[in-house]
Amino acid sequence: MTLAVRKFDTLVIGSGGGGLRAALQLSQAEANVAVVSKVFPTRSHTVAAQGGINAALANVLPDNWHWHMYDTVKGSDYLGDQDAIEYMCRAASHLVYELEHAGVPFSRLDNGKIYQRPFGGQSQDFGGDQAARTCAAADRTGHAILHSLYQQNIRAKTHFFDEYFAVDLVKDEQGHILGALTIEIETGEPLLIEAKTTLLATGGAGQLFCNNTNAHINTGDGIAMALRAGIPVQDMEFFQFHPTGIAGKGMLMSEGARGEGGYLVNKDGERFMERYAPHAKDLASRDVVSRAVATEIREGRGCGPDGDYVLLKMDHVGEEVIAKRLPGIRALAETFAGIDPAKEPVPVSPTAHYTMGGIPTNRYGQVVAPVDVGEEAIPGLYAVGECACVSVHGANRLGGNSLLDIVVFGRAAGNHIIEFLKEHRYHRPMDQGSVDKAMVNLHRWDRKGEGETVGGLRGELQQVMDDYCSVFRTKEILTEGVQKILEIEKRLNNVYLRDHSKIFNTARIEAMELVNLVDLAVATMISALAREESRGAHSRMDFPERDDKHWLKHTLYYKEGKRLDYKPVRVKPLTVESFPPKPRVY
Amino acid sequence: MMSVDSRLAWQCRRGMLELDLLLRGFLDNGYEQLDASGRDAFERLLKTQDQTLFEYFMQNKLPKERELIDVIEQIRHAAQT
Ligand SMILES: Cc1cc2nc3c(=O)[nH]c(=O)nc-3n(C[C@H](O)[C@H](O)[C@H](O)COP(=O)(O)OP(=O)(O)OC[C@H]3O[C@@H](n4cnc5c(N)ncnc54)[C@H](O)[C@@H]3O)c2cc1C
Repeated sequence: MTLAVRKFDTLVIGSGGGGLRAALQLSQAEANVAVVSKVFPTRSHTVAAQGGINAALANVLPDNWHWHMYDTVKGSDYLGDQDAIEYMCRAASHLVYELEHAGVPFSRLDNGKIYQRPFGGQSQDFGGDQAARTCAAADRTGHAILHSLYQQNIRAKTHFFDEYFAVDLVKDEQGHILGALTIEIETGEPLLIEAKTTLLATGGAGQLFCNNTNAHINTGDGIAMALRAGIPVQDMEFFQFHPTGIAGKGMLMSEGARGEGGYLVNKDGERFMERYAPHAKDLASRDVVSRAVATEIREGRGCGPDGDYVLLKMDHVGEEVIAKRLPGIRALAETFAGIDPAKEPVPVSPTAHYTMGGIPTNRYGQVVAPVDVGEEAIPGLYAVGECACVSVHGANRLGGNSLLDIVVFGRAAGNHIIEFLKEHRYHRPMDQGSVDKAMVNLHRWDRKGEGETVGGLRGELQQVMDDYCSVFRTKEILTEGVQKILEIEKRLNNVYLRDHSKIFNTARIEAMELVNLVDLAVATMISALAREESRGAHSRMDFPERDDKHWLKHTLYYKEGKRLDYKPVRVKPLTVESFPPKPRVY
Repeated sequence: MMSVDSRLAWQCRRGMLELDLLLRGFLDNGYEQLDASGRDAFERLLKTQDQTLFEYFMQNKLPKERELIDVIEQIRHAAQT
């Protein structure tokens, strides 16, 4: 049977905020754009972002983009690239006003201007008083942005392939990316989408961990596709953990709970944050609280039969306050832990939240890889959003900066692609060898036999990541973790599907997601073992200090040979002075 | 039958972890017991936007239709047992 083929100027893989912002730019410029998404577009994970988006509008307190830039560089623990950060912070106000004009219903002040709330890590005047920089559309910011972008794309005639799963990139021998092999989930039919330019916008990989805040679709597919295409991935050891996820389930008990007076206790009933952060206590920054919780658990002061969680105590706050100010948190605890926080404390533990690492790009969204001297763009390939590492978040992302990241770099990538298309007017010849290789990865799941199940191995992988690559890292723990993950990688060969039907065979999709997770787990574990310092979200108990002399550099991991390489951080901004590394104290 | 279930299972894949757990959990444990009109209501519920579904489950802002409210109650109940 011949393989069905469609041709477009640009293929966008992923319809979250990042993919849709880029597609919009392109469709409005009359490019012929295809967007594929494994779920219906408005079910992308961007919809979960309830907090808001940062821009120095100065509507509530004095602010400017340069202060925002400083906070982002500092928040990144100096691993962020300062040219990209300057670009993002300068563009922020324009992008937020653009969203406003497109109909995103931002919450407003009495004077009609966009309301802005204070978030952690925001300061005035380069580290001074708290700033208020986060714009929100009530608690549906991500939803509002996603819907607005989707509607605009429909009007601009973007071509959507809903419920299509991208399997692998295809490329020719000169290294040009030619599109991707996809499969229509409903019919099980493969479809080759040829494109002059391909943009990966597949989101994060929270599903690497058992305890995580991410939707089940967040399996890092695009990052793994890049790895398989021979592209290194950057800074995968940096994964943001949130200190208070409901134990065993992962969803957030947001900072609001502690903001209203809730606090954490260990099995002895001790309010342990007083020991770790005498001033800020339970409101210390996320990484500090996460480490404290992990240490309590590690040292045997966790609660429950397995001692694997601590308790978030809110009952003293009072029924009335909880009903009035924390109804959402209460409903979550009741639904997923079966506990009314007004009466009983809620079991919590650190939960994986955001993928700082990803596919290395420059600030135009072009995917870049090292050559003999410096780096070069991979022709025809772009990446934006949580799957990309541009790198504006460095070692630690600030709340409200990722919605900004996706719209700023989505637009930038769109603009660059428009220029690229002017110079590359024709599709390059398809490379049959590359298509065949991708087809092998698809047909591998038609094999029949007895062996392990996808669900079983995926569960084990997530448990290994939780146990060996979470908040508490040492050489010993990570070395053992690498062994375990490599064993799991071997066992992939012995996984078989029972269901070989074509129509809506979601087992096959889940199997391909598992392959992607395994590739990323190996990348994350190996990168984490090598980095012998503590920086941002990567904390090594055996190397507790940041080490700028040896480690102010980005990690690159190659799938072939499981090899590591490093590249310098871009410390030179576009127009302003560089912010040199300083101790990160709040 | 198999293919209907997987189709529904994929419709339970949402943009938020909470919805994944509630909807998928109910499909595995509860959906079978529904009668035809209950199943129909569940399928209609799956067509609702994620953010609105989240509000139905977590903020108690309920839809008007009786059948939908019933399924929402059952999904909530299933999650707690
Ligand atoms: C609970 C929670 C709350 C958050 N709150 C905030 C906040 O308040 N402010 C903020 O700035 N950030 C927040 N974030 C982070 C932010 O939501 C994400 O980083 C951002 O939305 C990612 O957008 P994206 O466009 O990169 O990817 P996503 O929105 O994740 O979209 C990925 C897309 O790729 C598609 N896809 C993936 N793999 C494939 C494949 N193989 N084939 C086809 N399609 C595929 C998916 O279907 C989807 O359409 C939050 C995150 C979480 C988990």
